[in-house]
Amino acid sequence: MTQLALVIDLNVCVGCHACVTNCKEWNTSGSAGPMVDQNPYGKDPTGTFFNRVQTFEVGEFPLTETLHFPKSCLHCEEPPCVPVCPTGASYKRKEDGIVLVDYDKCIGCKYCSWACPYGAREIDEQQKIMKKCTLCVDRIYDTSMTEEERRPACVRACPAGARLFGDIHDPESEVSVAIREHGGYQLMPEWGTNPANHYLPRHKTKMHIREDEIERAANPLKIDSKLPKPSGDEPSLDDVSSF
Amino acid sequence: MHPAFSVIFLTTLIGIGQGLFLAMFTVESHVAFAMLPKQPHAFYAYGSLLALVFLGAGLIASFWHLGRPERAWRAATRWRTSWLSREVIVLPAFMGVTFVYGVAHMFSFSPVVGALPGGAPVTLTNLVGAIGTILAFALFVSTGMIYACVRFLREWSSPLTVINYTLLGWASGFTVATLYAGYAAPHLVPFMAGWALILTVLGFISRVASLIRNARLKPKSTLQSALGVKHPRIVQKTQGAMGGSFNTREFFHGAKPALLRSVKWFFLVAAFVVPIVLLSAGISGRTTTILLAAALIQYIGLLAERWFFFAQANHPQNLYYQSVA
Repeated sequence: MTQLALVIDLNVCVGCHACVTNCKEWNTSGSAGPMVDQNPYGKDPTGTFFNRVQTFEVGEFPLTETLHFPKSCLHCEEPPCVPVCPTGASYKRKEDGIVLVDYDKCIGCKYCSWACPYGAREIDEQQKIMKKCTLCVDRIYDTSMTEEERRPACVRACPAGARLFGDIHDPESEVSVAIREHGGYQLMPEWGTNPANHYLPRHKTKMHIREDEIERAANPLKIDSKLPKPSGDEPSLDDVSSF
Repeated sequence: MHPAFSVIFLTTLIGIGQGLFLAMFTVESHVAFAMLPKQPHAFYAYGSLLALVFLGAGLIASFWHLGRPERAWRAATRWRTSWLSREVIVLPAFMGVTFVYGVAHMFSFSPVVGALPGGAPVTLTNLVGAIGTILAFALFVSTGMIYACVRFLREWSSPLTVINYTLLGWASGFTVATLYAGYAAPHLVPFMAGWALILTVLGFISRVASLIRNARLKPKSTLQSALGVKHPRIVQKTQGAMGGSFNTREFFHGAKPALLRSVKWFFLVAAFVVPIVLLSAGISGRTTTILLAAALIQYIGLLAERWFFFAQANHPQNLYYQSVA
């Protein structure tokens, strides 16, 4: 069974919102109709987004770190939003595990959004139906596009390469390897929703050098300089040259 | 959660409708066992009509909640998994049975259709009333489970939610039934008021139990588990939008903690204490004014109770929406 998913590398994300912009651009132009904005040039612009990038500060000054956190539907393997839907508009595809909303069946009761602990679903205030990330289902199977283009808009847009896309049930896929080898984790594992999307943790590359490693163990008295300098025609010792 | 008035009116109004129907059938079943004097058919007929008015008003309120009410019929399709779908089926079914019950009484059409093992005759309206009673409780359970089954909202995710919805609806229905009896059948007021008192006291106990339970809840999700970052101090700096979003509008009530506390004490007094005092005072049935006050104040109290029920629930998604910028 296939389970398509995104893997987001928090160590790489720079918080540029390119994924947000491209997601909105692609999905607002689709056959499903626009993702409506309200008051776009006014005081409090608001609108429907499938993907948002949030920023958190971890730690206390001066030991702080900025965490940019892209957030979209996680396409849970046990989606709690699906069984609560009274109309069957909310469903999970068997063939690839994408959680979708049938916009023609949705009655806009918002119950599915209550049943999502991640706040991944947003109602379209004009169309009055629930919307969410489709994993660009209208891109990834479009054979009129090249193989390279058949990936979600957010993945295509990311200039830093923080977003990976693939089948997490295929152990050799890029995403499975990334999860396995770089400590990929799920959000809010305590609810047992088993999100398909994974996040790769932030990490710093550090060298740990002990004091005794800086000095040569074979030179405890620091008398390197006292070694005789060989003359030009003599063979040189280690660390000591005649020029 | 943001309390939606459509749902507040829906749940409180159908609760009264259900309780009122149960009150009618309680009287009828007591009559069947000769524990109460026989009532004229019109008493049940107008009582059912009144219940239908409350149920209908609740149904109308429920449509306000939908973004696409014209598609509401679709909501009956997923009864296998969704409690909301079950409610959508049971509510009209219950209304239908209430209508049949009322019409049968209206035309005094109640032939004997069988007998209990003890020999007591069972009339058609007895049978319809029994079916309606089952549906009334099925509706209480469906309504309560809509909230109790969302495990992320831990304030709701408890059997007490279903018990509260049942008892509060039942009690308020009996309070309205007491008022109705005050006008239509004054000799029944002590009977109705007695039941209304018992149910209101039971509702008070279970509602206070859920308040105590909720006060002791510890959040299951933290910002650490929401982000997967193990650091005790994490502060949100942006949430991806400056002007708010569906997530900030739907899941936050926006009221100050002081208001929340006031509403809690208000509903405890208005939905329980005052009606208990007024029903006790009016149990003789000599004056209907006091019963009218009991029903009105209890309903206002229940509106506040339902508002508080929603506002108190804290959704884990709020962890992602703690600060705009």
